[in-house]
Amino acid sequence: MSNATLSAKRPSSLKGATLPKWFSWAVAAGSIALGLGISTAAGLGSNIQWALIAALLFVLGSYGISARVEGRRQAKDRVATSLIWVAFLLAVIPLASLIYATVKRGVKVLDGYFLSHSMGVIADTEPGGGIYHAILGTLEQVGIATVISVPIGVLTAIYLVEYGRGKLAKAITFFVDVMTGIPSIVAGLFILSLWIIILGMGYSGFAGSMALSILMLPVVVRSTEEMLKLVPNELREASLALGVPKWRTILKVVLPTSIGGITTGVMLAIARITGETAPLLLVVWVTNFINANPFKDPQASLPVYIYLQFANSGGQGPAYDRAWAAALVLIAFIMILNLVARGIARWKAPKTGR
Amino acid sequence: MDISTENKPAPPTPQPSQTEQKRAARGATRPGDRVFLALSRGSGIFLLVVMAAIAVFLTLRAVNAISKDEANFFTTFEWNPTGDPPVFGIAVLAFGTVVSSIIALAIAVPISIGIALFITHYAPRKLGGPIAYVIDLLAAVPSIVYGLWGALVLVPNLDGLYGWLDQYLGWTGIFEWNGGAPRSLFTVGILLAIMILPIITNVSREIFRQVPQMHEEAALALGATRWEVIRMSVLPYGRSGIISASMLGLGRALGETMAVAMVLSPIMDINASLLDPGGGTFAQNIASKFNEATENGRDALIASGLVLFVITLLVNGTARLIIERRKEFSGANA
Amino acid sequence: MAKRIDVSGLNAYYGSFLAVEDISMTIQPRSVTAFIGPSGCGKSTFLRTLNRMHEVTPGGRVEGKVLLDDENLYGAGIDPVAVRREVGMVFQRPNPFPTMSVYDNVAAGLRLNGSYKKSELDDVVEKSLKGANLWNEVKDRLNKPGSGLSGGQQQRLCIARAIAVEPNVLLMDEPCSALDPISTLAIEDLIGELKERFTIVIVTHNMQQAARVSDRTAFFNLAAVGQPGKLIEIDDTERIFSNPSVQATEDYISGRFG
Repeated sequence: MSNATLSAKRPSSLKGATLPKWFSWAVAAGSIALGLGISTAAGLGSNIQWALIAALLFVLGSYGISARVEGRRQAKDRVATSLIWVAFLLAVIPLASLIYATVKRGVKVLDGYFLSHSMGVIADTEPGGGIYHAILGTLEQVGIATVISVPIGVLTAIYLVEYGRGKLAKAITFFVDVMTGIPSIVAGLFILSLWIIILGMGYSGFAGSMALSILMLPVVVRSTEEMLKLVPNELREASLALGVPKWRTILKVVLPTSIGGITTGVMLAIARITGETAPLLLVVWVTNFINANPFKDPQASLPVYIYLQFANSGGQGPAYDRAWAAALVLIAFIMILNLVARGIARWKAPKTGR
Repeated sequence: MDISTENKPAPPTPQPSQTEQKRAARGATRPGDRVFLALSRGSGIFLLVVMAAIAVFLTLRAVNAISKDEANFFTTFEWNPTGDPPVFGIAVLAFGTVVSSIIALAIAVPISIGIALFITHYAPRKLGGPIAYVIDLLAAVPSIVYGLWGALVLVPNLDGLYGWLDQYLGWTGIFEWNGGAPRSLFTVGILLAIMILPIITNVSREIFRQVPQMHEEAALALGATRWEVIRMSVLPYGRSGIISASMLGLGRALGETMAVAMVLSPIMDINASLLDPGGGTFAQNIASKFNEATENGRDALIASGLVLFVITLLVNGTARLIIERRKEFSGANA
Repeated sequence: MAKRIDVSGLNAYYGSFLAVEDISMTIQPRSVTAFIGPSGCGKSTFLRTLNRMHEVTPGGRVEGKVLLDDENLYGAGIDPVAVRREVGMVFQRPNPFPTMSVYDNVAAGLRLNGSYKKSELDDVVEKSLKGANLWNEVKDRLNKPGSGLSGGQQQRLCIARAIAVEPNVLLMDEPCSALDPISTLAIEDLIGELKERFTIVIVTHNMQQAARVSDRTAFFNLAAVGQPGKLIEIDDTERIFSNPSVQATEDYISGRFG
């Protein structure tokens, strides 16, 4: 009966033939050596090529050998494991390369002078100049965007968590989610058509701030919402039971409890919009001079500065170095913001959580 | 208010009147409460108004531009809104946007799923956290820096790969290469893939982490290998999550501007080969054409931006709906 | 098919925490052995060492020997995946694969191990479902999702899934604790039938259940919370429940603690 067929197909022993632990490493080393060899022999210059050949050899090699020794299922498991490792390595390579390139090329011109001077009339082919005007612009534009979005965003989140029940709250939740996905250039186009074309206002840092706050708002709402939801209901009830009105409960109990998380969310949102370029290009325009007034005339900003220097450099020369240096400053700023935000999150994390 | 009075069997105690109690329960009678509720509800409504305003004002300018267009806005290959007569259409842009995003997805989705599985199921436990953190850093790098890196590091390193693709896959027509600078839709796709990798990874990672232990143990107890556990339990459970994660990534890729503008050398024509110049994207076209655009030119760009807006709205909305439906599903089964 | 289990000197750890200390026992083939004891005494942990599921939990580690008919499960070169095919397991909460149909659930284990003809699979699925007393209830909806069945039916589906691969031993980790009394009765009847073919080990919190279904009973206890669980005694069920040799067992069974 089927019993017989079954026992015929099952392995007789619990002992699977297993390959030693160093097996994968040995095959990997062999594949890399062979890949390098083939590439040199065939005169293929690119790193990508020998890496691809090596990866291919590795997968085929470990499958073949393992299938023969351990069986097809183990072989599949091995291939899956190695593919998943490859996926991880593939993701790390660009990040490593990006950070390496930025640091290596950025430090060339990055010094005190670079940080404290504007471009002024320095031509693209001339060395010198700096990013002072761009840093100033970025700080002002991002600052104003934060001032606009944080109150509105936090209040919206409070509405959603503390009051919102019906259709309005559902609609807001849905559109906040959808708003997260608005391409930054579309936010720029919106301010362009409303503020600059229809209302006839000129380019200004403030116009940029408005575009940035459209991008920042949904992020603030989302993260604040998550944080408010973490505040235990007992806390609210305890305060309400003491006869404290709801709005004071929210201000004095709910918000202080979640302030750490909200701060983290806001900082991550700032980090996200600080690197935005496209909308600024459309509504703030560009300048090489210091403009401290965000409400009148074009203003520089770090991301747009990088773009300008890049676009005018043709891939070499002083402008090219300046682009990398400014990119290094921008990345450093954003990374520090990220690290501090996460630090606050960890420091202020509710003690009961995992 | 006082709990002890509520428990008494209906005594004639001086309780607040019924209506007063009701109002207190709604929490909106005190002036402070009313103001606060109005403020917070107002903020929420403001958000909806902004969304509506984006649609309205973009449409306003777009209609203005399209009414002057002498050619079919959707099928024309040319982009010459300042000409006499103005002739422009989004066919090439739509092609380029869709193709580059599809390439990005094709590369990023498998790799992201791999990384997510790596973090949740393969990496040593102590490594999982730091790796997730590295992926978050990848997400924090601004697109302008990706553009810079793409143009100055990635592009010069792609010649070899292009030559290879041309040599072995050139016969398909898709991978033919005429030897020009590798600033094509394919390169854009690679760069976009790197950029959308973090979001797809993070969303799928969350989903894989939520796979109930008992489903995995069910497979293990049947004598499944690690990969078989993933195939039998983890992937089926996470399927809808992976789909919505990919849609979110797609939304990002569709709207990416600076990185594409810095890497692509756009040509207003459609080319069957992905490796040769050809095509542009909505966002890239706006950024590149903007500084030389006159009033009519700006309106035309806004019209193309509106199309992009609608597309991303649909993609993101669908992704969110899938996530929403999945929540209900898993809630019922938890 | 049923095989005997000999455990000697077994310790199980979670990280550095010793959860189960120095257990030795023999489990007879074609019989039901029940593990009883207070919560946290390590009976479930010990059960999971018998098919090498314990090491799946992060930090899980085992010392000692488990012989399955003279072959040490923790010996060198033993493949845990193969062990789990020989020693099946049914869990506390029914866990059919939610995306698979009833049929696919039962066939899942077989499909892992190579290709079977459709007719072969049909046979095994029918036989296993009959073996789990579920066939009559589901034969008309084999292609409906397994998660659509009632809790008791799901648990019997899981039993069918486990016996479909014809294991030597069937481990059951409180299989009835999530079920209503009628479903529980059905499973208990089933256990009585299954012991003709398999070695069955069942962890239960319900002492009446242990008395009803098992031939031998092992009592586990722990000195205090944070201390490792130990095997106090193992004997014929009748003896354990009428005249145990250790005072602690009698105290537990008569409800004086636990």
